[in-house]
Amino acid sequence: MNLPVILLFLPLAVAVVITLCLRRLPQIAALVATGSAAITLVASVLLLGSDDSRVILWSWLTIPGTGFEANIGIQLSPLSRGMLFIVTLVGTLVHVFSLGYMRNDPGKARYFAALALFMFSMTGIVLADNLVMMFIFWELVGVSSYLLIGHWNHKASAVDAAKKAFLVNRVGDFGFMIGILLIWGLTGSVSFDGIAAALPGLGEAASGLVTAATLCLFCGAVGKSAQLPLHVWLPDAMEGPTPVSALIHAATMVAAGVFMLVRIDFLIAESAAAATVIAWVGGLTALMAALMATQQNDIKRILAYSTLSQLGFMVMAVGLLASAAAMFHLYTHAFFKALLFLGAGAVIHACHHEQNIWRMGGLLKRMPITGWTFAIGTAALVALPLTSGFWSKEAILEAALAENITLFVVAVLVAVMTSFYMGRLFIVAFLGKPRDVHSKKASEVEPVMWVPLAILAVFSLLAGFAFIARGLEAQIPDLPHSLLVTVLSIAALAAGLALGWKLYFGRTEEPLRIRLFENKFYVDEFYQILVRVFQDGVAWVVNALDRLLIDGLLVRGSAALTAATGGLFRRMVSGNVQAYAFMFGFGLILILYIAVFAR
Amino acid sequence: MSILDFIVLLPILAAIAAFAGMPARLSALTGSGLMLLLTGVALALFPEAPRDDAGFAFVADRLIAESPAWSYAVGADGLTMILLLLTALVAFCAAWTSPVSQTGGYYGGCLLIAAGAAGAFVSTDLFFFYAFHELALVPTFLLIGIYGFGEKRAAAWKITIYLGAASLVVLAGLAALVLHHGDGGLTFSIVELQQRAAAAEGGAPAQAWIYLTLLLGFGALVSLFPLHSWAAPAYAAAPTPVAMLHAGVLKKFGIYGLIRVAQPILPEGAAVDWILNLTLLLLLGNILIMGLATIAQRRLEYMVAYSSVMHMGYLFLGLAGGSEIGRQGAIMLMFAHGASIALLFLLCGKMRREIGHTDFDKLGGLAKTVPVMTLLFGIAAFASIGLPGFGNFAGEVLVFFGAFDEMRAGSGVGALQIAAMVAVWGVVISAVYMLRAYRAVFLGEPGGPAPLTDLDLRQRVPAVLLVLALLVAGVAPGLLLQLLDAGPDGAVEATVAAIRACCP
Repeated sequence: MNLPVILLFLPLAVAVVITLCLRRLPQIAALVATGSAAITLVASVLLLGSDDSRVILWSWLTIPGTGFEANIGIQLSPLSRGMLFIVTLVGTLVHVFSLGYMRNDPGKARYFAALALFMFSMTGIVLADNLVMMFIFWELVGVSSYLLIGHWNHKASAVDAAKKAFLVNRVGDFGFMIGILLIWGLTGSVSFDGIAAALPGLGEAASGLVTAATLCLFCGAVGKSAQLPLHVWLPDAMEGPTPVSALIHAATMVAAGVFMLVRIDFLIAESAAAATVIAWVGGLTALMAALMATQQNDIKRILAYSTLSQLGFMVMAVGLLASAAAMFHLYTHAFFKALLFLGAGAVIHACHHEQNIWRMGGLLKRMPITGWTFAIGTAALVALPLTSGFWSKEAILEAALAENITLFVVAVLVAVMTSFYMGRLFIVAFLGKPRDVHSKKASEVEPVMWVPLAILAVFSLLAGFAFIARGLEAQIPDLPHSLLVTVLSIAALAAGLALGWKLYFGRTEEPLRIRLFENKFYVDEFYQILVRVFQDGVAWVVNALDRLLIDGLLVRGSAALTAATGGLFRRMVSGNVQAYAFMFGFGLILILYIAVFAR
Repeated sequence: MSILDFIVLLPILAAIAAFAGMPARLSALTGSGLMLLLTGVALALFPEAPRDDAGFAFVADRLIAESPAWSYAVGADGLTMILLLLTALVAFCAAWTSPVSQTGGYYGGCLLIAAGAAGAFVSTDLFFFYAFHELALVPTFLLIGIYGFGEKRAAAWKITIYLGAASLVVLAGLAALVLHHGDGGLTFSIVELQQRAAAAEGGAPAQAWIYLTLLLGFGALVSLFPLHSWAAPAYAAAPTPVAMLHAGVLKKFGIYGLIRVAQPILPEGAAVDWILNLTLLLLLGNILIMGLATIAQRRLEYMVAYSSVMHMGYLFLGLAGGSEIGRQGAIMLMFAHGASIALLFLLCGKMRREIGHTDFDKLGGLAKTVPVMTLLFGIAAFASIGLPGFGNFAGEVLVFFGAFDEMRAGSGVGALQIAAMVAVWGVVISAVYMLRAYRAVFLGEPGGPAPLTDLDLRQRVPAVLLVLALLVAGVAPGLLLQLLDAGPDGAVEATVAAIRACCP
C-alpha cells in the first residue's frame, strides 16, 4: 500500500520544498522535480497488475452522528492503474523535455514547483475513491493549471488566459458540486462503491433526480474536458509554455473529465436521457472543434482544437455507454497528442517562438527527428491503420454504429476533417520550402528534447496492439468488428488527406477562408457580450442600486428622519464616548427594569 | 478563577498599560501574545477538562443578583474554544501588524476590541454576553474615526449609527427572550434559558417574532443583506488592525449569538417556515447581490470588504436548515473566514499605506517587485474563494452538505436545497472578483508608479501564522471540529436535538 502513497505525496513534497527552499536554485529545483516524476513513473509501473484494493488513508472530514464522511481514500482498479501509468509517463517525459525548453526561463523554479503540484493533483483525481476527494483534487488541478498557463505572468494574454481557464472551469464545477450534493442527498454516500450499492434501492420516483444529478456531474466534465459550451478556455490556454500544453491540455487534465465520467458510468447507464445528452454534447463538440481546427494558423491552436475534437469523441463514447472505448481512446490519444504538442514545442523552440504555420515550411529536412516523430503522431491521430489511434478510433466508431446512426455519420465526418486539418498542418509546416528566416535557420533540438519525442513516438505506434495495451492495463473495448467501420474509416482518412494535399501542397498562403470557422463560430464574442451585459452590467446596476437605494434612501433617509424628529437617536449614538456610555447605561437600566419590574 | 477570565483580562490589562503610558507596542504584543499562549494552553486542557451539565468546561460563576438570576459567569464549549483561538490569533497578528509609531490609544483600542470579543464568546450570562460586545464596539467606532483613512468621519458616523441601532434591536430581542422564558423566575443564564427552552412546549408564534428581532439585530451586526451597507465603507476606512479585528472576529458575534442564543433558546421560532424562507431570501441577497456588487468594485480594500459581506451568506446558509453538518460548517467557516479576511486586510493595508491608493486601474504587474506579497495575496485570495486545502473549503462543503441533509430522509428537493444550489453559484462569483483583482493588481504589465516594498521577515510573521491556521483548518478540519463534539452532553448536540424535536 506504500506505492500509491508515494505516488500521491512525493510530488506535493517536491512542490513545497521548491517553493520554500529552492526558489533561488532553479537548476536543482528542476532536477529534483524531474527525479520525483521519474520515481512516480517507476512506482506506477510496479503497480501495474497488482491486486484491486480500496484503502482509506485518513478521514478528512467526518461529522460523527450524522453519517457525513469525506475521506482521502485510494481506490486501485485496472482503471486507476492504467490511468496512473499514462499520467506518470507523459508527466515524466514532459519534465525531461522542459529541462531543455525552459532552460533559461527566469521563473524556472516556480514552473517546476507548479508542475509538481499538478502531478500531485492529477494523481489524486485518479486514485480518488469518492466524489468529494475527486472534487478536491479537481480544484487543485484547476489551480495548478492556472499557475502554469499564467506562468509568464507579465504577459497580459497569458494571465488573462489563465484567469479564463480557471473561471470557465469553475462554472463547470458549479454543476459538479450540485451533482455531488444531489447524489449524496439521494444515496447518502459519496464513495463510488457506496453510490453504486445504493442506486438499485432508489426506486422509480427518484429517477428524475438521478438524471438531474448525473447531468450536473457531467457539467464538471464539460468544464474540465472543454466540451461545448465551455470549450472556450482550452484554445486560449495555449498561451502557457508548450510542455504544459502537452501535459495538461492534451494528455492528462482535460482527460480527467472523461476519466470522471467513466468512473461514474454506472450512473450514466441508469439514465437514458442523461446518456443521450452526453453523447450528443460529445459528438457536437467533436464536429465543431474539427471545423474550427481547419481554419487556424497557429500550430498550437490547431492541436488545441484537435484535442477538443478528440475529447468530444471520448465523451460521445461514454454517452453511448461504451466507456471502455472512451478510455482506450484516452489512452492512445494521451501518447500521440503529447507527442504532437512536444513536437510543436520543439518546432517553436527552433523557430524562435514562431507559432504561425505559414511562416514555417520545410522543417522535415532541417529537423528530421522532430519531423518524423511529428509525422508518426499525425499518423496516429488521423488513424492510419495499425497505429494506436486506428484501433481506438475504430472502437468508438463501432460503438456509434451500434447505438446511434446519426452520431456515427457525425463521427465519420469528423474523421475526414481530422485527416484534412492534420494533413494541412503537416504539409504547410514540414514540407515545401521555408517561408521565413527563422524556419530557414531552424535546426534539430537537443537530445533532452528529442528523446521524449522518440519514446512517445514508439508508444503512439505500438500502444494500440492488444498485448501491449493489456500489459499497461488499458481498457480494451469488447466490441464486434465490422468491416463497414474499417472501410469507412480508411476511406475517411484517404479522402481528408487527399483533399489536404490538393489544397495545400506547394501553397504559400491560405487558399480557402471560411470566416465562421476562423472566428470559432463567434462563441467567444458571444460570451464576451454575455459577461459584459449579464455580469458586469448587472454588477454595475446592483452596485449603483445598493448605494442609491439601500444606502442612500433607507440608511441616510432614516438617519435624516431621526435628525428631523428631534435628533434624539442621533444624539444617542453620535460616536463620542460620553453619549455612547450614556446609551450603554440606558440599555443596562432598561434591561434591569424589564427584568425586575416588568412582571 | 477560570483560565477564561485570564484570557479576557490579559488584553484589558495590556490596554490599560498602553493607555497609562507604558510602551504601547510592547504592551500590545505582550498582552495579545500571552492571550494566544493561554488560549493554546486552554485548548490543550480542554479535552480532559471537567464539564458541567451543559457541556461547558472552565466554568466560573459569580452571582451578582438572585432575582433576576444574574452573574458574571464564564464557560467554554468547543464553539467557544474555536472562536477564542480565532480571536487570540487575529489579535496577535493585528497587534504585530500595527505601525510601530502609533500611540497608546491606538494599541489600547485594538486590545479592547479583542478583549470584548473574547469576553462575549466566553460569557454564559446574557448580560455580559451583550455588554462585552458593546465594550468592543466603542473602540471600533473611535479608532475608525480617529485613525482611519479617507472618509473616516463619514464611515465612523455610519457604522456607529448602524451598529448602535442594531445593538438596540438585539437588546430588545434579548429582553423579550428573557421574558418569554420567564416562568420560574427571570434569569440571564444562557444555560438555564436553554434548558427551559428544551423543556417548554408550544409558543411558536411568539418565538418566531422574537427570533425575527434577533435575526435582524444580529444580522445587521454580521452585515446580513440588506442591513450591510455600513460594512464596506467602514472596513475601507478602518485602520488595518481594526479592519482585521472587526471583519475577522467581532463581526462573528452576530452569528455566534444566533448559534448560542437565538437558535437553542427559540427552537420553535427558528423552525417556523416563514422565518426559514426569509432567512434564505436574505442570505441569497448576500451571496448573489453583494457578490455582484463585489465584482463592480475597483479598489482592492473595497473589493475585500464587499467580499466579506458576501461570504456571510454562507454562514447563514449553514445555520438555516438546523442540520448539525451545516452548523459545524458555519463554525468552521467563521474560523476560516476570520483568518483569511484578516490576512487580506493585512496585505491591503500595507499596500494602501505605502502606495497611497489601491485603484485597479492604476496598478498592475506587482508580482515582479513584490514576489512574497504576491504569493501571500494569492494564497489568501484562493483560500477565500474556497480552494481545497484551506479551511474555507471545508466550511463551505459542510454548509452545502448540511443543506442537503434532510434530503437523505427522502424529502426531495425543497426551498432550502434550491437556495443552496443557487448559493453554489457564489463559488463562481467569488472566483470572478478575486481573480480579477489579483490579475489587475499583481499580474500583467505595471500600471503605474507603485512604491511598494516586499514583506520583510518581521512582516511575514503574522501572514505566515494566518496561512498556517488556514492550512491546518483545511487539511485537518477534524482538529477543530472534534472540539465541538467533545463531552457526552455537548451543547451543540443538545441544540440540534431540541430543534429536531420541534420540527417533524
